[in-house]
Formats: sequence, C-alpha cells, structure tokens
Amino acid sequence: MLDAAIVLANFVVIPALSYGSLLALGALGVTLVYAVLRFANFAHGDTMSVATMMAIYCTWWLQSLGIDFIRPLPTALLAIPFAALGTVGLLLVIDRLVYRHYRQAKAPPITLVIVSVGVMLILHGLSRMIIGVDEQRFFDGGRFIVSAGEFKEWSGLKEGLAIKSTQVIAIVSAVTLMAYLFYFLQRTRTGKAMRAFADNEELALLSGIRPQKIVTSCWILVAVLAAVSGTVYGLDKVYKPFTYFQLLLPIFAAAVVGGMGSPVGAILGGYLIAFSEIGLTYAFKRVAGHLLPPSWVPDGLLQLISTDYKFAVSFTILVAVLLLRPTGLFRGQAS
Amino acid sequence: MSGRDRVYFALCLLLIIGVGIFQSWNVALTMINFALISAILSLGLNIQWGFGGLFNVGIMGFVALGGLAVVVVSAPPVEEAWRAGGWRVLSALFVAVLAIGGSLFVWKRWRPKKYGAVSLVVFLTMAFVLYRFLFDPAVLAIEKVNPALSGFLGGFNLPVLLAWPVGGLLAAAAAMMIGHIALGLRSDYLAIATLAIAEVLVAILKHEEWLTRGVKNVTGLPRPVPYEVDLQQSIWFQEWASQLGIDGIEASSLTVKLCYMVLLIIVLALIFTLCQRALNSPWGRMMRAIRDNERAASVMGKDVKRRHLQIFVLGSAVFGIAGAMMTTLDGQFIPSSYQPLRFTFLIWIMVIVGGSGNNWGAVLGGLLIWFLWIQVEPIGLATIDFLTKPLHPTSPLRVHLIDSAAHMRYVMMGLFLLLVLRFRPQGLIPER
Repeated sequence: MLDAAIVLANFVVIPALSYGSLLALGALGVTLVYAVLRFANFAHGDTMSVATMMAIYCTWWLQSLGIDFIRPLPTALLAIPFAALGTVGLLLVIDRLVYRHYRQAKAPPITLVIVSVGVMLILHGLSRMIIGVDEQRFFDGGRFIVSAGEFKEWSGLKEGLAIKSTQVIAIVSAVTLMAYLFYFLQRTRTGKAMRAFADNEELALLSGIRPQKIVTSCWILVAVLAAVSGTVYGLDKVYKPFTYFQLLLPIFAAAVVGGMGSPVGAILGGYLIAFSEIGLTYAFKRVAGHLLPPSWVPDGLLQLISTDYKFAVSFTILVAVLLLRPTGLFRGQAS
Repeated sequence: MSGRDRVYFALCLLLIIGVGIFQSWNVALTMINFALISAILSLGLNIQWGFGGLFNVGIMGFVALGGLAVVVVSAPPVEEAWRAGGWRVLSALFVAVLAIGGSLFVWKRWRPKKYGAVSLVVFLTMAFVLYRFLFDPAVLAIEKVNPALSGFLGGFNLPVLLAWPVGGLLAAAAAMMIGHIALGLRSDYLAIATLAIAEVLVAILKHEEWLTRGVKNVTGLPRPVPYEVDLQQSIWFQEWASQLGIDGIEASSLTVKLCYMVLLIIVLALIFTLCQRALNSPWGRMMRAIRDNERAASVMGKDVKRRHLQIFVLGSAVFGIAGAMMTTLDGQFIPSSYQPLRFTFLIWIMVIVGGSGNNWGAVLGGLLIWFLWIQVEPIGLATIDFLTKPLHPTSPLRVHLIDSAAHMRYVMMGLFLLLVLRFRPQGLIPER
C-alpha cells in the first residue's frame, strides 16, 4: 500500500508538481500580456528560450570565474537575475520598436497576434543562430535531495523515492514568484493600476493612469517570469530552442483552461494540464502490482495513452473547456 | 492586374532565371516546383484568412493529411500485414467510432437522470478497454511483419494522381470535424485550438506505425511522371538530348521536373480560377461582408457560423491537395518533416506579404517568399563571409557566424513579416 503511494509520488505527483509549476509560470506570462495588452502572445515560448540562453551564457561565465559558493545548488540560479535583466531590456526594446506602433494605432488584437508571430520567428532564429540547435546542459551541483537508495534504507520499503534538486527548485521558485506576483497585483499601487487597466482601459485612463507605465511594468513582470521558468525548465530537463517553441502549446492550453487574463486561473490551469499529461501517459502497472494480489495484475502496462500523445492531452482538455465553459474555469476576459 | 503587379511577377521570373543562370537550371526548376506548391498553399490560406478572416495556424496538419493520402492511395498493399491484423485494426477503429457515437447517445439520453455522468464514464471505460483489447495486438502483429521493409498496411496501389483529390477530401473531412468544435470561438482561441490540432494530427502520423511506418518513413512512392533511368535508356530520348546538346543525365532530370511543373501549373491554374470566380461572386462578397462585420452580416440574415465552417473546409481541402502534391513530388512520406515553422507560419508570411484578400497577391507571396526562404541561406552565408573576411579564417567568431548562417532564414522571415505589417499592411498587391 505504502509502496504504491511512493511509486505514485515518485513518477506522477512530484514530476507533475514541478512541470506544473513551470507551466503555471509560463501561463502567467501569457495571461498577463493578454490582460494588459490584449493579445495572445505567440512569442512567449521563444522569449523563454532567449532568456534561458542568456542564463546559460551567464552560468558558463560564472563557472569559468570559479564562483561556486552556492553549492550544492546549481550555479545557474545565480545567473537568473542577469538573465532576467537582459530579458527585461530585450522585451522593452521589442515593445518600443514593434508593439507600441500598433497599440497607438489601436490595431485589432488579431494584428498583434500576427505581429507576435513575427517576433517569435526572429527570437527563434536568434536563439538558433547564437547558441545552436543542439541540446545544452548547464546543470551542476547536487543532483538529488533524496536518492532512491537512501530512501529505501531509511524507510525499509521496497520502492525508493527520488527527489531531484531541480524539481524542488522548480516548485520553490514558482511558489515564491507567484506569491510575489499576487502581492504586487493586490497591494502595490502599480499592481492595482495594472488590474484597473486590464479591467477597463478607458476608465483607467480617465482616472489618470499612465498607460506606458502599465505596459512597461507588464513587460518587466513577463520578462522575469520567462527568465525564471525558462532557466528552471532547462535545469530540470534540457535546453533546446525547438523544445521551448513547443512548450507554447501546453502553456497556451493552461492559460486558456484557467481563463485567459486570470492569474489564478493560469496557475490552476498549469497544474491541471501537467497532472493530466503525466497521469494519463504514465504506465500504472507498478502501482497496480503493489495494490492488487499478484494473480489480478494485468499483463499490459496499464498506460491509458502512449507518451507520444502528450499534446493530445492538453488539446483535449482545451477543447472540452472551450466547449463547456468558453471563458475558462475562472472567468477570464471573454470579449 | 495593374502595371505594378506585372512588375512584381516579372521580378519573380527574373529571380528564377537568375538562379538558372548563376546556379543551375536543375536547382531553378526544383525551386519553381516548390514555389508553385507554396502558391497553392497560400491560395488556400487566402481563402480562409483573406476571404473569411479565419485565423488558422493548423495548416501543417492538413498538409500532412494530404501526404497521408498519397501513402494510402498509391503505396502497394502489404498482403501479409493485412492478414496479420488489418481487419482487426479496422474493427477496432469501428468500435472507437461506435463508442463516440454511443457516448453521445448515452449523454443525451441519461444526462437528465440521476446517474448520467456515471453511466457515461462506465460506458466509455468499457468501450476503451474493448478498443485497446482489439487494437493493441493487431498493431503489434502488423508492425512485426517484415519491419525493416514494411511493417505497415500499405495502400491501395491506385494511380498516384488520384491521391491529390483524395488528399483534399481527407483534409476537408478533418476540417469538418475540427470546425464543428473550434469555429465560433473568438479569433485568438481559434488560433490556439488549430495550433494544437495540427500538432495532434502530426503526432498521430508520426507514431501510428501500422498506418504510416512512423519515423521509418514511406519511401519509393509511385510517380505520375516517368523515371529518369527509363528516360536515359530509351533511344528516342538519347537522340533528342544529343540534338539539343545537353548531357543525357541532366536532360532526363530536367524533363522529369518539367513534367511535374506542367502538372503543378494545371492544378494551380484550376484552383486560382475557382478562387477568382468565388471571390467575385455574390458568395465572395458575402464572405467579405462577414469578415468585415460579423454582427452586421448576421443581422442581415447570414448564417455566420455555417459560412465560417464552409470556408474553413474549402481552404483546408486546398491544403490537403497541396500536401498530397508535395509528397508526390518528394516521392516519400516523412512524418517528422512536418514542422509548424515551415508548414504553417511560412504560409502565413506568404499571404501577408503578398496581400491578403487578393488571389494574385497570395500567388505572388507564395512564389516570392519561397524564393527568399531558399536563397536567404546562400545570400546570408556570402554576406557573412564577406563581412568577416578581415578576421583570421579560423577565428572562432567567424567560424561560429558561418555555421549559424543557416538559421538566418527565421530571423529574415520574421523581419519581412514585421516590416510588411508595419509599412505596407495591405501587402504587395492589396485587396480590391
């Protein structure tokens, strides 16, 4: 019984929690742009990619300087602030050069979506040109917080529990960032102004909120979210420009499922997508092996869907939510 | 077509002649053929976006379905695989269809009752278990049949040209189902939904080995035109080539490409004529009215959702035809080659740059952007080579820049898109 719970925790709950945290951060970035600037930002995946690339170069630079006082934590954590700063600069330059024109021209949202596709292509090409298409690993430090062998010895169970340090980093950084984001949105002046602007642009402008300030702080938040989620995802899995482009899909799914424009929804959507993706593609044979008498255990893997169809899971949830509740689980902006 | 539009097309022609002279006529013809297919794809997107204002970023999925049509129609059947599990796979799929229909029935019938949701879940679980029970062993059996060479069911061994309309029908059928679900959503939701659908479709083609051989690819698909080897061996061709004074091998490859070109031009002309007539008909005016103001059109009694579905299906059928043509031209079906940047977003750039809402513009965009997509790489390489000349040939910066020139096309395409959107949002040939 306990063994089954451990297997489940090891292969489903913990990976889904860390993956879900990152999806939630990504979806928050998409949802913020949607709430404030009112378009679905196709460039978000590649923004994460460029941010991670900056973090990787910073990590290599720090490693070459021999800075390792945060061991056993990975050096990349020190690189995140630099990467976030760089991403803030990048996004503000892009906003000034590209998006501002359409905002002032009051272009329809769909034009901005197409524009963001252009930005996506440029960022994707840049990350391919600068760092290359290959996988980059930049993890150093201790791999495990709890290793399977130690756990078995300590608990005397048949199954081991392994917790990777990157998984804990993902969860902790996501929770910290989310807590800060909600504090910012609920308590600070700029955050309140931002919510007012998202809620009703004209009223907000009438009450003297400066739109440029709102837009700038929105891009700053998005840049920090992209830098943290991108780098931590790269630490946990691996960095490759094309993978980050593909992350766009589950991130969008999470944002839409939660309700576009709703931060709480984005977070819940992220975890929902992650849990269903991993839960539905996991082979439950080992869990069943511990729960059922041996003669009852079926021959098959007890895998509902093959892992090849991860995308199909996010997509099915997306469609179901769009059909049953078009505005998402938490009422986002529907207009 | 105004005078300026003719200049644009003449420029395209000049560019291609330039490639013929400076690179080789073989390269130029290959480029023309793919540019023609791009023009067809971009006409399809022009139907959806230019006429109807539908934001579809799932083009890749329909193109891939067209490719599947070529495999299913023209590949020779693998008898042994059919005996091993063909009928069982079909019956499993039949069970799946029945299950979906049945669950709709159960949902309608029992939803008002107390255990509606529970009975639906029970029904679906039973159907799923039955489906996997039939499907899994059958698939294993098929994939075991001579895995190095076949390991899939094969096709119907019919003439490959038949696959072009079949590809269109297949894509249209898929679009019909998808449209029922996804249309009626607001524009950016539709974009996200279609993006996801395309990924799912390609994932299916990549992993259902019994159908497509998956990552092992289907090669050696039949051709609608003669083979180079046969041409080289026939006496009349040798005489003809020597009269023209061209090397026999090159002449054969040029002839094959010219044959393809004629076929492609016929299809392009056909689809183009239909598009032009549709655009200028009352139907086309209605579509544009819906695009420009859905609410007003709906007040005038137009069934907006139905029209959207119609246009989504028509455009997707064109993608399917183009996808089948592309696979025929390649002679092989490679599921892993379908990537959204190349098969979805590039087509978008073609339509936006060419001029959405104008069929001439869409064709021009298809030709021009394909040319740039192919030529940006050598041009970029030459530029970087020239700019970094002062550096030492082994300097790491120079080596890295030269290596990365291949990826410059994404940056350039993004720049084209942004520049056109900013300074000429109506495209090179605007809508009239």
